[in-house]
Amino acid sequence: MSIVTVQLGQCGNQIGFEVFDTLFSDSHSSQGLCSKRENEAYQASCKERFFSEEENGVPIARAVLVDMEPKVINQTLSKAAQSGRWKYGQHAYFCQKQGSGNNWAYGYSVHGPRHEESIMNLIQKEVEKCDSLSGFFIIMSMAGGTGSGIGAFVTQNLQDHYAHSLKMNQIIWPYGTGEVIVQNYNSILTLSHLYRSSDALLVHENDAVHKICAKLMNIKQISFSDINQVLAHQLGSVFQPVYSAEGSFHYRRNPLGDLMENLVPHPEFKMLGVRNIPQMSENSLAYSTFTWAGLLKHLRQMLISNAKMEEGIDWQVRPPISGLPPLGKMPLNKELHFNTSIANLAILRGKDVQSADLGKKLRAYLHQYTKFGIEEEDFLDSFTLLEQVVASYYNL
Amino acid sequence: MTQSVVVQIGQCGNQIGCCFWDLALREHAAVNQKGIYDEAISSFFRNAVLIDMEEGVVNEILQGPLRDVFDSKQLITDISGSGNNWAMGHKVFGSLYQEQILEKLRKSAEHCDCLQCFFIIHSMGGGTGSGLGTFLLKVLEDEFPEVYRFVTSIYPSSEDDVITSPYNSILAMKELNEHADCVLPIDNQSLFDIISKIDLVVNSGKLDTTVKPKSLVTSSAGALKKQHKKPFDAMNNIVANLLLNLTSSARFEGSLNMDLNEISMNLVPFPQLHYLVSSLTPLYTLADVNIPPRRLDQMFSDAFSKDHQLMRADPKHSLYLACALMVRGNVQISDLRRNIERLKPSLRFVSWNQEGWKTSLCSVPPVGHSHSLLALANNTCVKPTFVELRERFMRLYKKKAHLHHYLQVEGMEESCFTEAVSSLSALIQEYNQLDATKSMPVADIPRLSIAM
Repeated sequence: MSIVTVQLGQCGNQIGFEVFDTLFSDSHSSQGLCSKRENEAYQASCKERFFSEEENGVPIARAVLVDMEPKVINQTLSKAAQSGRWKYGQHAYFCQKQGSGNNWAYGYSVHGPRHEESIMNLIQKEVEKCDSLSGFFIIMSMAGGTGSGIGAFVTQNLQDHYAHSLKMNQIIWPYGTGEVIVQNYNSILTLSHLYRSSDALLVHENDAVHKICAKLMNIKQISFSDINQVLAHQLGSVFQPVYSAEGSFHYRRNPLGDLMENLVPHPEFKMLGVRNIPQMSENSLAYSTFTWAGLLKHLRQMLISNAKMEEGIDWQVRPPISGLPPLGKMPLNKELHFNTSIANLAILRGKDVQSADLGKKLRAYLHQYTKFGIEEEDFLDSFTLLEQVVASYYNL
Repeated sequence: MTQSVVVQIGQCGNQIGCCFWDLALREHAAVNQKGIYDEAISSFFRNAVLIDMEEGVVNEILQGPLRDVFDSKQLITDISGSGNNWAMGHKVFGSLYQEQILEKLRKSAEHCDCLQCFFIIHSMGGGTGSGLGTFLLKVLEDEFPEVYRFVTSIYPSSEDDVITSPYNSILAMKELNEHADCVLPIDNQSLFDIISKIDLVVNSGKLDTTVKPKSLVTSSAGALKKQHKKPFDAMNNIVANLLLNLTSSARFEGSLNMDLNEISMNLVPFPQLHYLVSSLTPLYTLADVNIPPRRLDQMFSDAFSKDHQLMRADPKHSLYLACALMVRGNVQISDLRRNIERLKPSLRFVSWNQEGWKTSLCSVPPVGHSHSLLALANNTCVKPTFVELRERFMRLYKKKAHLHHYLQVEGMEESCFTEAVSSLSALIQEYNQLDATKSMPVADIPRLSIAM
């Protein structure tokens, strides 16, 4: 079953490119760790999921690129085409001339409705190319205007039009010390809207990924493409095909369905986090050895003690209940679990809500949002919803 | 891609505008090897409009090296000049030329697919730039309400040679308060100080301070000139560089883009407080090729020092409402983050915007540099300039000095003056209120409590 990816905004498109690149390289890597038959089965499964076939053999990513200004999309399309190994569909993108100006209201209330038809048409085309649709994977950031505003709008639309398909939103939590000044407003509005219309929210924090790059991967001057590559690595391990209960050579057919089934038992709790190990640079990989047991032990403790990286894990913390469904594939390992990430996310959200609240009390920047139809009541609604979510998590 | 229209008014505005076009062409020529007038520049800076009420400056432009860039359809000139009288510029020439101006602007807008912004360059102390320039703002607001109006205003220094500059400036400020989206105030004295500093380094003859040619933020296109032909050339080049860097992220690619509408969105929390103090670093690049990270960090520190601001201001000791850092060149996100963390403790941000940073990364550096930084700050440090301006105004106004020149223009009354001063006072009051919160501890607003 296939997954259609929607990449929104500068962040979404930049990450999306890295994800497809990683997926492709991973499935075509030359590491001779398993038999040829195994390899081919794996490749076929991965390909069907994310790429569709073209006449001259270059696979085309099942993706729709959306941005309100052309620079990033042009870059992304050409980077993919240049690699020669895979590319994006020639017409699978939608862009306008002027960006959303970091304004959620502009993205949601102006750009969204205005371009609803064109964007949905593009998605429809991709869906038709799939034999069977597993669901949608939407990549967006929360801090800006396009990714967050149009992302929220598109997710809602997908809910209306494709009510039976699952949607997983990959959202990027901005750096604490700000990349965009109004990111708190944009994030709150995005989160509250996504909570209503998405099936699962996979959260990645820029701060955490940055630390991983700095501490574990020994990159001296970290650029956004480094960060995106680590992210893509994690996402790759989430989505790569996994053996099913029937035995080898049969991969589980419904990736999104499986994930949802195991991880989102109750619609109130849909925020997910990813932990993956080992996290190290290519060079160090050659000098390390692993065992499954060791890796699993580390991972378990990471989850329990809420650590995002392999370093500095607190071994003292003990879990109240355990029951983790591990899904693994050599040589990576990842766990997708929501129980222990809640506390952290709740705190993060709390901080966000509080700073947005402070700003709102003094009506700072509000005139930019009311210009496009987002009134104070909308903010109030968003706050309320999020407080409820935070409270339910605390109660757990 | 979006387009912008540059409107240069008055002697000062036109001279700066010239330098700007000179540098812009040089920048795009360096980036695009094929031709000098490439797609990016022609699509971004669509049609300049040059306005002056006396012919000297504009004629010089048309005879100089830029004569092929402009054509006569973009000019509006008169012969007599405004006599350093805001009222002449605003009321008399305003009504005389309103139709013509509107027509030229409409033509420019029609050529654009997606007009995003008007850049207006003028001075505050004279007659045309100040009076007609601000008249133009109102026209633009009515005719193109969706398009942003970015104004670069040269404020008079305290040793200004135009006696009536306080009148002109305050009358103009009222218009800026009401009709501009964003104002970048600059004053001549600061520009002059920056130049003196550069001269000191260049001419000091120290062994390791050979400056790379073309890297001086004050140098014009072409060979490095020891002696500038016109007295304000070097200063105008600084302002031109400011405008180039401001728009760089919208013109060139980068890993974290920042468009012009994002500037207004992020840096203007309340519509009236739209004055942004700017600073440019580095001012020059030494010829030494090895640039260790320490130099990079120095660039960030310099951006916040009061010597690098393009206006008499000390942002470090005042209150920040918001700050934007626009970086160009080979700088990555980790460098940016590291420097923000490093500098944050020494800066004071308003309580509700403690993390008020907006950042952007553009991969193309300016000509002659490997990286550069433009910092825009919405900071209460603009207040002293406004206060001083008001004092100079009151000194003249109390004696009714030179007032008759203004009042004899039709449409001007004393109430214009009093309204203008009260508008400025209200603005100063807003800044005062914000400053008062500087020393207060961050109030802990209770979270929204909900029934479960």
